[in-house]
Amino acid sequence: MMRHLISAADLTRDDAVLILDTAEEMARVADRPIKKLPTLRGRTICNLFFEDSTRTRISFEAAEKRLSADVINFAAKGSSVSKGESLKDTAQTLEAMGVDAVVIRHSASGAPYRLATSGWIDAPVINAGDGTHQHPTQALLDAFTMRRRLIGRDTGLGKDLAGKRITLVGDVLHSRVARSNVDLLHTLGAEVTLVAPPTLVPVGVETWPCEVSYDLDGVLPKSDAVMMLRVQRERMNAAFFPTEREYSRRYGLDGERMAKMPEHAIVMHPGPMVRGMEITAEVADSDRCTVVEQVANGVSIRMAVLYLLLGGYEPATPATPRTEEN
Amino acid sequence: MSKILIRGAKVLGGEAQDVLIDGETIAEVGTGLSAEGAQVIEAEGQILLPGLVDLHTHLREPGREDSETVLTGTRAAASGGYTAVFAMANTHPVADTAGVVEQVYRLGREHGYCDVQPIGAVTVGLEGKKLAELGAMHDSAAGVTVFSDDGKCVDDAVIMRRALEYVKAFGGVVAQHAQEPRLTEGAQMNEGVVSAELGLGGWPAVAEESIIARDVLLAEHVGSRVHICHLSTAGSVEIVRWAKSRGIDVTAEVTPHHLLLTDELVRSYNPVYKVNPPLRTERDVMALREALADGTIDIVATDHAPHPHEDKDCEWAAAAMGMVGLETALSVVQQTMVETGLLDWAGVADRMSVKPAAIGRATEHGRPVSAGEPANLTLVDPAYRGVVDPADFASRSRNTPYEGRELPGRVTHTFLRGRATLVDGKLA
Repeated sequence: MMRHLISAADLTRDDAVLILDTAEEMARVADRPIKKLPTLRGRTICNLFFEDSTRTRISFEAAEKRLSADVINFAAKGSSVSKGESLKDTAQTLEAMGVDAVVIRHSASGAPYRLATSGWIDAPVINAGDGTHQHPTQALLDAFTMRRRLIGRDTGLGKDLAGKRITLVGDVLHSRVARSNVDLLHTLGAEVTLVAPPTLVPVGVETWPCEVSYDLDGVLPKSDAVMMLRVQRERMNAAFFPTEREYSRRYGLDGERMAKMPEHAIVMHPGPMVRGMEITAEVADSDRCTVVEQVANGVSIRMAVLYLLLGGYEPATPATPRTEEN
Repeated sequence: MSKILIRGAKVLGGEAQDVLIDGETIAEVGTGLSAEGAQVIEAEGQILLPGLVDLHTHLREPGREDSETVLTGTRAAASGGYTAVFAMANTHPVADTAGVVEQVYRLGREHGYCDVQPIGAVTVGLEGKKLAELGAMHDSAAGVTVFSDDGKCVDDAVIMRRALEYVKAFGGVVAQHAQEPRLTEGAQMNEGVVSAELGLGGWPAVAEESIIARDVLLAEHVGSRVHICHLSTAGSVEIVRWAKSRGIDVTAEVTPHHLLLTDELVRSYNPVYKVNPPLRTERDVMALREALADGTIDIVATDHAPHPHEDKDCEWAAAAMGMVGLETALSVVQQTMVETGLLDWAGVADRMSVKPAAIGRATEHGRPVSAGEPANLTLVDPAYRGVVDPADFASRSRNTPYEGRELPGRVTHTFLRGRATLVDGKLA
């Protein structure tokens, strides 16, 4: 296993499958009356959130507590971008306090990478979402959800997603979820198609290991899973698309469109959903929609990542700064 | 003032010759010159160039003396072989009045390491709305001829047109930072394959190219001359080439870092590579080198942009844009242009001294190495190889992208009007 988890692209196929398999074991804990393992007893983990994200923070916190870790929540409200030194200073403060791992969420792409590689701290760094770059645990929980639904909870163990056809729909340009998913799903052998208006597809996407389409209706019949991406309200006033209604007509998922999908195919969403625009209530509330499962699976995945990174897997060793990357 | 004999240097890379400096001027150039009464510098194997001229330097004084001052900046310039630098106007206060430009000019003269020619702002406060007193800055003791809002683009087409027209009265030139502001909102790096992957805001090539296209057409329309700062894309080269073929009076500069580095380096998220315009692709780099060789790009300018450590030791988005460059420029040009066979040393003299002096009307600089000329000279040891260590820099800031990188060549001596400002690589 690697020392940090910064990008889904850093995971090998075997690393990823190991995390998914470990998460299955962790998921069993949730079925017990006492949902707790002693694995990380005596370890201190800091959730360093420079950007608001209640659901991701709570998910990590739940995972940490189920592993018996001591948890510090640090919510540095507002953007550190206006005074950049705060990331370094904060990190060093945490280091001095003996934190064993840092889970970081930041509005600046690359902030977790800097934290992990600049020699500011020695502790393992887990990226909980950075700017429009990566959100690797989200991609892992999505892959976990797909494997369970498309292959099976027990039959999926040890397996990847080879041959599965996954479609991601919406604001790819600003989406760390999309970037992480494209990387991880490709590593796991899936075929990925991005569907979005051309304004929301990044220049340079042609080198990504996926297809790009502007036609949702054409792609749906060939999809095993359709993942809707969140469209932020502020995009609507920035000429990325003419109106909310037009977006919805061309890229929203309603019952009629869902019917074009194969019967076994699932609908996913990282949440929070903009109902009526990205997805209709009919779809969101259907059995095929996995939004709630994704949330539950998120805890299992984060338990698995923390367990593996923090030496539940092997004895803790002194940190080696990754100087070669900088 | 004493005499100095530079013995056996290859003048502009040609035959080895002796050059005798007497007082502020070159007294004699020839072979077997008498050393009588002169201090002798043995320069066998070294290249003698006219003192380098940088049309694009940020000295930060007044206002950001924690980054650089006129003193530290001109010491860095002398270390890099420069005898004249043009200081950009984006100081605090902005160099938009005769008072500020005269102060900067005077400090340069007082310190005596390198002539400092201030650049005046085009618009008041660099705000792009109202022309600064361009005439008053020209008429001041600083004699400003180059005007630029560098750091910002003069994006209003009418203001740009008026500025181009207005400076014709005194032979001025407007140096444009070509960056369409709306197309670069939130821009963090070159828009392309790497930005897509890293999730950093893209700075598209077209944001530069569209402004250059507009400005060369404006220059043609009003019959004025325009200079393009730090041109960075293959497309920009094509536009300037077209404009020159049409007879438009446009000149352009390229920075050393755009001749060597690409946006692949941004994968490190190390803000030392954060610069405006951003590092582009390999294809752009190759186009820029060719354009500098064939004269489409007229000059190399450093865009020396010092920043204190804390402005770079942070996450990418929070970091300041810019790199220091005065002390490494000639080495980068040697590596990218001379050692690739694209340019000989006479070509280097042309692109780094003669032409920048001509564009900025610095009449005492960029002169031939011959008797009777001002003794502004630079001696370079091209055989030297060394690893860049920012601790050696004279600049107050250390934000170099070349730390730990081996670069060829070393400036050994610099002479400003006959006085050595650098001796054996050490500041005098």
